[in-house]
Amino acid sequence: MSLLAILGVLSSAIFSGISLLYTTLGEIIDERAGIINLGLEGVLLVSASSGFAVTFVSGNPYLGVSVAMLVGGLMNMILGYLVINRQANQLASGLTLMFFGFGLSALIGKPYVGAKIDGLPRIPLPGISDLPTLYTSLFSFDILIYLAIPVAILVWWLLFRTRWGLGLRAVGENAETAFASGRNPRLIRYQALFTGGLLAGLGAAHLSIAYTMTWAEYMTAGRGFIAVALVIFSRWHPMQAIAGALIFSGAVAFQLLLQSSGVEISPLLLDTIPYVLTLLVLIAWGGNRKQSAPASLGRVFYGSE
Amino acid sequence: MSKSNDSQSAQEPLIALRGITKSFPGVLANDHVDLDIYGGEVHALLGENGAGKSVLMKILYGFYHADAGRILLNGESITIQSPHDARNVRIGMVFQDLNLIPVFSVAENIALFLPDLKAVLNPKEIDRRIIEISERYNLKVDPHALVSQISIGEQQKAEILKLLLSDARLLILDEPTRVLAPHEVEALFGVLDNLRKDGYAIILITHKMKEVLECADRITVLRRGRVAGTMPRAEASEDKLVALMFEKELAGLKINPRGGVDKALEPLLELRDVETYSEGTGTSLKGINLKIYPGEIVGVAGVSGNGQKELCDVVLGMELCAKGRKFLYGNDLTNHSIQTMRKNGVAFTPENPLSMASVPFMTVLENMALTNTWRYSRRGGFSMDWQAVRADVEETEKRLGFAVNLYSLARSLSGGNLQRMVIIREMTHTPRLIIASYLTRGLDVQSAIAARQALVQARESGAGVLLVSEDLDELFTLSDRLIVLYGGKIVGEFKPEETDIYECGHLMTGSEVQHVAKS
Amino acid sequence: MSQRADTYTRSLFSSPKILNNVVVRYLLMILLVFVFFGLILLISGKDPIQSYKDIFTSTLGSAYGFSEIIVAMIPMLITALAVAFPWRAGLINIGGEGQLYIGAAFATWGALTFQDLPAWILLPLMMLLGMLGGALWAFIPGYLKAIGLVNETITTLLLNSVAPKIVGFLIFGFWHSAMDTVKTANFVPAALLPTFFGTRIHLGFIIALVLLALFWFVMKYTRWGLEMRAIGGNPQAARRNGIPLKGYLIVVMCIGGAIAGLAGMSQVSGFYGVLLLNFSMGLGFMGFLISWLAGGQPIGILLMSFVVAIITTGGNLLQLTRDLPYAVINILLAFTLFIVLARPKFFERKKT
Repeated sequence: MSLLAILGVLSSAIFSGISLLYTTLGEIIDERAGIINLGLEGVLLVSASSGFAVTFVSGNPYLGVSVAMLVGGLMNMILGYLVINRQANQLASGLTLMFFGFGLSALIGKPYVGAKIDGLPRIPLPGISDLPTLYTSLFSFDILIYLAIPVAILVWWLLFRTRWGLGLRAVGENAETAFASGRNPRLIRYQALFTGGLLAGLGAAHLSIAYTMTWAEYMTAGRGFIAVALVIFSRWHPMQAIAGALIFSGAVAFQLLLQSSGVEISPLLLDTIPYVLTLLVLIAWGGNRKQSAPASLGRVFYGSE
Repeated sequence: MSKSNDSQSAQEPLIALRGITKSFPGVLANDHVDLDIYGGEVHALLGENGAGKSVLMKILYGFYHADAGRILLNGESITIQSPHDARNVRIGMVFQDLNLIPVFSVAENIALFLPDLKAVLNPKEIDRRIIEISERYNLKVDPHALVSQISIGEQQKAEILKLLLSDARLLILDEPTRVLAPHEVEALFGVLDNLRKDGYAIILITHKMKEVLECADRITVLRRGRVAGTMPRAEASEDKLVALMFEKELAGLKINPRGGVDKALEPLLELRDVETYSEGTGTSLKGINLKIYPGEIVGVAGVSGNGQKELCDVVLGMELCAKGRKFLYGNDLTNHSIQTMRKNGVAFTPENPLSMASVPFMTVLENMALTNTWRYSRRGGFSMDWQAVRADVEETEKRLGFAVNLYSLARSLSGGNLQRMVIIREMTHTPRLIIASYLTRGLDVQSAIAARQALVQARESGAGVLLVSEDLDELFTLSDRLIVLYGGKIVGEFKPEETDIYECGHLMTGSEVQHVAKS
Repeated sequence: MSQRADTYTRSLFSSPKILNNVVVRYLLMILLVFVFFGLILLISGKDPIQSYKDIFTSTLGSAYGFSEIIVAMIPMLITALAVAFPWRAGLINIGGEGQLYIGAAFATWGALTFQDLPAWILLPLMMLLGMLGGALWAFIPGYLKAIGLVNETITTLLLNSVAPKIVGFLIFGFWHSAMDTVKTANFVPAALLPTFFGTRIHLGFIIALVLLALFWFVMKYTRWGLEMRAIGGNPQAARRNGIPLKGYLIVVMCIGGAIAGLAGMSQVSGFYGVLLLNFSMGLGFMGFLISWLAGGQPIGILLMSFVVAIITTGGNLLQLTRDLPYAVINILLAFTLFIVLARPKFFERKKT
C-alpha cells in the first residue's frame, strides 16, 4: 500500500465526492424548510446534460456551469408547484420529477453522448508544484473543488446566521409558528427549493463539466438518492455533510485501495456502508430531538400532508 | 366609565371591548361583553369552563372575529383581523400550549419574533437585549439553552420575553400557572408585579382563586358568556367571587335521595396511590385513591385541565401508571392493555367522539363493531357477522330509546349523533364499568337527556360509572358520590347532598377557605 | 350464514352519481395522457396517428402483442399491492424495490439448491422463500416504526439501496454462472413458473390476480381488514377501542414485504429464468406510483397497471420501429403522474 496509492484514493474520492457534497448541501436547505426531494436524480441529470451541452456548443465552461445551476433551480420549482401549491404528496411528486429528469436529460444529451470537452481548468494545490508530475496531477483541482468547503460554510452561515435562514428553519419546524411571526411559509419554501436547486445544479455541473468532462445517460449513478441518505447522515447540518460526503464517496475508492493491498471485500458490500451507517445513525439518535429531522419534514413521513 | 375610587379615572382605558358577542354552532360564547383594560394593571379574567374567557381573548388577539361589538384602542375603534394586526397594536398572548420551537434555542425563538431583526443576525446583540430585559423583570433564562431542554416554567419565561421584546404592551396570559410548580408561580407573580409598575397592561385568564386574590388589581368574572361582575381587588373576597362564578340558581338544586351503595360488595375499580407522569402541558396525577362500587355513579368535578383526561386514560389503560396499582374486580390489572380492560367489560365514551373514538370514513355500522371485533369475527377472522352487530345494536337502541342511521358515514354525523353512536356502541354488551368523559359536552338538549338516561340505566343494572363533567348541574343530579380534581389531586370527596355548589366551587378553584356546607 | 358486508360499499357501486366520479376520473386521465403523448410525438417529428396505429396493432391488435402487455403488468400488479396493503393501515411502504430483490435472492437460493425437486414442490417452496425474504427485509422498518424510533419511509428508502448490492454480491461471489458473472446459471425447468398458450405470460399472472382478489376480500369482509382500516383511519380511536397497534404495524409491514418478495420471485422464476444483476429497473417505485394513482383500490391497480404497461411496451416498440428515444416514455409517465398529483378540479375525490 504505497503512499501513491493512498493519495490516489484520496484524490479520486475528492473528485467523485464534490458533486455529492454540493447536492447534499442543496438538499439540506430544502429539507430544513420541510421538503424532501426524491427527484434529485432527475434534477442532477437534467442539469448535467444541459450544462454539458452549453459548454460543448459555446466552448465556455463557466457558462455551462451557470446554466446547469439555473436549470437545477427551475427543476426544483416543478416540485415546488406540486408540493406547495397543489399540496401533493412529496414522495410521489419527487418520483415524478425523477422520471421527468430521466427523460428530459436523455433527450437533451442525445446529440452529445460520448462527446468530450475541455471542461474547467485544473489548478494544482498551492505549494505542491515542485513535486513530481504524478503527485501534482493527482492534486490539481478545478475551482469548484476549491470552492466546496467555502460554499459549505456559506450554507451554514445562511442557515444559522441570517434572518432568512432563521425563518427558513422555522418553516421547516413549524410552519404555523413561522406564519404567526409574520412570515410567508409558501414563499420561503419556494426560495429554499430554488436555492437548493442551484446547489444541486452546481454539483451536477461538476460531474459533467469538471470531473468526467463527458456525457452519458444516467451518469449520476444514484447520487441523487445517496444525497438524500447523506442529508440524514449529516443530521441536516452543512458542516457534517463535508465529512459525510468524503466517507460516502470514499467507500468506492477505499475498496480499490483494499484490493490493491490484497484484501478482498466485495465492492458491492462496501457500497452499502453509507446506507447502513445512516440507518445506524438514525437508530442511535432516533429518540434525540436535536438530531432528528426538521419537525414538519417528519409530517411527510406520516402521510399527513 | 369613570371609577370613583381610583386614580385610573383620569385615563382612558388602553383597550376597551364593547358589546363583544360571539357564537359558535349551538353555544353563545360571548354575550355583549364589555371590558376595560388600563395600562399598569393586572386584570384577572375569572370564570369556570365554558364561561367564555378564552374566546374573548382570542377575539382580542385576532384568532376569532366577533359577530358584533367593537374594540377600542385609546378610545379609537380598531379592527383586529389576525394575530398580525394584534401584534401591530402591541398586543401579545401566551397560550396554554406554548408556541415555541423545541429545537431552537431561547434566543432563536425570540429572534424569530423581533420586529426589527437585522438581515444578518447579530447573536451578541440579541443576547444583550434578552439579558437586559430578563434582568429587569427577573425572567432569568439562558438564551442559548434549547427550548426542549428547559423546564416549562422557563419556557414560559421565554414566551413572556418574546412578547416583551417584540414590543407588546398588553400581555394576555392564558392559564399560565396550570403547569407551574408553586415556587414558579411566586416568581411569575413577581414578574407581573414589576411589569405592572412599568406601565404594562396584563390580562390574566384563570380559574384559580389564590392567584386572583394575590396579584390582580381588578377582577372580571365571566359566567356563561356574560360579565357577571367587575370589581377592584379591594372589594373582592372568595365568597363573592365564587358566588359570581357559579350560578346562584343551582344552589337550590333538587337532588333525588338514593339508596346507599352496598359497600360490602367488592369495588369494581380501585386505584391505589396511582400517579402518572405527563410531559409538556399535560397534568400529572398524584396520589389518586379511588374506589367505584357496582351500581354507583362517581362524578368528577373540576375545571378541565386539572387531570381529568389523565384520570380517564389511566383507568382505560391508555396512560401508564408511573406509580401505584389499578384493580379491576379485585384483580391487579395495572398497565395491562386496553384490550384486556375492554374484554373485562370496561367502556369509554370520550369527550371528542370524532377524533378519539371513531373512524371518520367508516360507516356507523363498521364503527360499532370496532370495540368488539373479536366477538363478531367468524371463521377465525375471515368474515364478520354483520347481522349480529346489527342485532346487538338494535337491541341496545331499544333499551336506550334512541337510534342512529347505521349506514351513514361517521364523518357526516353531527356531534350529537356521533356521541349517540358512541354511547350505543359502548353500552352494548352491558359493560360493568363505564368511563364517561364529558358525556354531554356540545350536545343538544335531547341528546344530552338521552345520554344521561343511558348512564342511569346502566347504574340501575349494576354497572359502575366514572362521570367527568364540567356541568355541575349534571354532576349533582346524577352522582351518588362526588370527587373534585384540582392540580392532578383529589381535593374533596362527598355525597352531593352533603355539599353545595359553593364548596365545590372553592375546591375547584383551589381556594383554601373552607366554606361551611349547609347540612 | 349470509355475510352481508357493509352496505355502503355496495351502494357505492349502485349509486350512479358516485360511479360517475370514479370511472370518469380514470378515463379522463387516460385521455389526457394519450393526447399529450400525441403532442410529444409530433414535436419529435413522428406521425402520431401512425405511431398510435403501430402501438395498437402490435399490442392490442394481436394476441401476442396483448400477451406482452400482460407480461409487463405482472410485476407491477404485485408491487403495487405491496404498497396498497400497508397503506390501508397508514403505512407508507416505499421499500418494494429492496424487498423484491431480497425475495428474488431467497427464491434463487431455493432454485439453485434444490435442483432435483419436482416443480410442484419446488415452485411453492420458492414462493415461500420469496415471501420470507421480502418479509424479513420489511421487518426492520416495521419494528422501528412500531416502537416509534424511526419512521418507515426513511428506513425502507435506505434499505432499497442496500438490497441490490447484497444481491449483486451474492451473484458475483457465489452464484454466478460459468460464462457470465452478472447472472446466475439458468434455473432448471422445475424452477420456472409455467407459461401459457405459447406466450410469455407466466403463472405469476394468476398469482397476481389471486393476491388482488385476496386483498379485496380481506379488506372488505374480514376482521383484520376492518381493524387495519381503523388503524389507517384513526390510530388513536383504534387504540382506544382495544386494537393492538404495535402488533398490527409490524405484521402488516411484513406482509407488504412478503408480497413484494413474491413479485421478485415471480420475475426471476417466470420472466427471466435466472437471477440477473439489477434486474429490477424501478419496479418497486413503479408499484408505489401505480398504487398511488389507483388510490390503493384493486380495480384501480388493474387499470393503472394496464395503462402503464401499454405505455412502456408501446414505448419499447416505438423505440425499435420508429427510432423514438425511450426518454419520451419517461416524460410521458412523468406527465401522467403530474396531472394526477396536481389534482385539477375534475379529478377531485374525497380522501378515503
